Amino acid sequence: MSLNAFLQNLANALQWGSFYALIALGYSMVYGILMLFNFAHGDIFMVGAYIGLFVSTSLVTLSATGILPMAGWLILVLTIFISMFLTSFVGMAVERVAYRPLRAAPRASAAITGLMVGIILETGNLALLGAQRRKFPEIIAQSTFHIGQVVVTNTKILIIILSILLMIALHQFIRRTRWGMAMRAMAYDFVVVPLMGVSINRIAAMTFAIGSALAAAAGIFFGIAYPVLEPYMGLLIGWKAFVAAILGGRGSIVGAALAGFLLGFIEIFVAAIFPSTLRDLIAYSIILIILTIRPHGFFGEAYSARLRL
Amino acid sequence: MKATDNQIKNLERVEKKTTGIRPVRWLREKTRRVPALGWLLGALTATIIESSVGLPLARAFGLWSVPGLFGLRFIFTSPASIPSAVIYVLVVYIIPALIVAVSTAGITNRAAAFMQDKLPVPINVIIHAALLYATLHVWGSITDYRVLLLSFIFISIMLTLSLNLVNGYMGEFSCSHPGFMSIGAYAASIMTVLFFVNDDVFGAHILSPVLGPFIFPIILIVGGFITSIGALAVAIPSFRTRGDYLAIISLAFTFIVKSLLENLEIIGGPRGFMNQPKYASLPVIFVWMVLCIWTIYNFTRSTLGKASCAVRDNETGADAMTINTRRTKMITFLFAAFWAGVAGGLFAHVMGYINPATFGVLKLSEVLAMVYLGGLNSVLGSIAGAIGLQFLLELLRPLAMLKWIVIPVLLIIVMIRRPTGLIAFTEIKVEDILKPRN
Repeated sequence: MSLNAFLQNLANALQWGSFYALIALGYSMVYGILMLFNFAHGDIFMVGAYIGLFVSTSLVTLSATGILPMAGWLILVLTIFISMFLTSFVGMAVERVAYRPLRAAPRASAAITGLMVGIILETGNLALLGAQRRKFPEIIAQSTFHIGQVVVTNTKILIIILSILLMIALHQFIRRTRWGMAMRAMAYDFVVVPLMGVSINRIAAMTFAIGSALAAAAGIFFGIAYPVLEPYMGLLIGWKAFVAAILGGRGSIVGAALAGFLLGFIEIFVAAIFPSTLRDLIAYSIILIILTIRPHGFFGEAYSARLRL
Repeated sequence: MKATDNQIKNLERVEKKTTGIRPVRWLREKTRRVPALGWLLGALTATIIESSVGLPLARAFGLWSVPGLFGLRFIFTSPASIPSAVIYVLVVYIIPALIVAVSTAGITNRAAAFMQDKLPVPINVIIHAALLYATLHVWGSITDYRVLLLSFIFISIMLTLSLNLVNGYMGEFSCSHPGFMSIGAYAASIMTVLFFVNDDVFGAHILSPVLGPFIFPIILIVGGFITSIGALAVAIPSFRTRGDYLAIISLAFTFIVKSLLENLEIIGGPRGFMNQPKYASLPVIFVWMVLCIWTIYNFTRSTLGKASCAVRDNETGADAMTINTRRTKMITFLFAAFWAGVAGGLFAHVMGYINPATFGVLKLSEVLAMVYLGGLNSVLGSIAGAIGLQFLLELLRPLAMLKWIVIPVLLIIVMIRRPTGLIAFTEIKVEDILKPRN
């Protein structure tokens, strides 16, 4: 592989990996605090993408009809914020319906309710909007840059930068704010911290809200990069991001982000070197080998008796 | 303490018996004495009545044809037919079955007592199973639809039971069952097509097709063993890790198998693999299902089954109590994979066509839902879960897409009310089911 091809694939991998990383963060945060996986998260990503679609379409038409003229970047920023805000409520609703009643139950039962909520979201979308694919509007005019012989679009750079900014923001939020401290404390000890006056329900709802907001951002970025949306789009990406979250180590934010990018790299480079049909096969084989050698992921703690099973 | 508890329970029971509406009480009093054998006899009579005079009766009650699923689907398709369907079900199924079951209670009780005392349990079970099969066969003989439904229910029971071994009895969260199933399905299909079918890819048949149905069981067993070998990929990592990481490893296994099958052009790749001879007729599947239930039921009551429960509850503690945890995990995994592979082989030979997309995340959700709906750690629960969910899927078919909202909502309610499933951690001894009741 020549250097140019390598750099070209690197740009693709960064973009693809940022989707995984943003979604994996949601899995990992929920895991860190409640010790269970939100299997509906992939579908929350899908819902976020659809909400982004509607918000951006209405903003674009609003702008185009001249009622409220807006610049492209403003539309994009507004779309991201409004969709993140709206999708966070979807996340909180999922927590309320599927996870809160089952907090004392075996974790596998909560996994089942999560799966079922995911199916409800998919089918609900299918029933409401029909099976046809939807096209994401072009918010910003696409332009291409040539750096040497590497072709990069402006949206690709934008997506990568915005994703990394969001991740840094999340990291700072968790490190520096009182809410973040409460979340870290809850992740550290699930039993004692509520006794110190921290409401687990509130923290759990907030965790779901933040995770869903990040998923919504990922959904919009996905819509910008691959402007075709369908109700089952969250299924495959969601499960893969779940794998990335595990690979990073359970509950580790940095690990999830890194593993998300790693998964993106593996997939893009496998597809570049081998026939693309072998992508999943080789990617998952690598993951299987990594997990067999390092069963707790990159940053995860070893299996502890604390695990509520 | 125990004695008083029992006394209170008995008092409650007596009270219950004396209350209630009169006909119901009378019916309960009568039916209490009917053994399993009597009920089977009653059901057989009802199905025979349906198969001989079902159609004219249905026409007489104003139905277009014999209702497929006891007329339950009329709730969604044509509510106007509900009264006719109720009359039909009463006249054809319930009343004859009750009359036969109650009137023969004396004879069947004596027969059940004789079989319990004189015959070994396996033969007793076989006799009951044969009667059950006869009932289902007659019931299914009316439409092909019912045969297909029964076939899928039987296969689901096998899958659910084998997943319950890993997820319930061993306490893992394994997502590898679609992978196991697809290995078994493809292995068995390749063998049957290679040996018994003139295929474009695999050439002329090697053995005479006449031998096919007789060698089919061997092929299924070999397919099961191949699946077990494949399951080593999940079983060996399970030594070092469990819980979530094993869930991922097993999930990755499912994806890898699916991707591998999609990339093997010789077996059709993503287009799928077809031309399987339809050897998996209803009796064949039924026999395999009974074998599966039997072996898994015995496994759960064996030392090994108890050992795997111990591993689930406390692995370190089990190790300290001289349980070889590695051996236990390995055997349970491979045993479960074997049955999943056999179920997959049967599935392939019911459909006559398989493709890798069948064995994806959706299949996984379906099997997991059946296990957790029915109940962990219970053979009875798994059977109930598989039948319940398959039946529900068929029943709600007229709702089209909306059934994928109704069923998840139902499952969420079940999970919230009973987090380990409907019939979890309880087991009825087979002897108790078959015993006489006088």
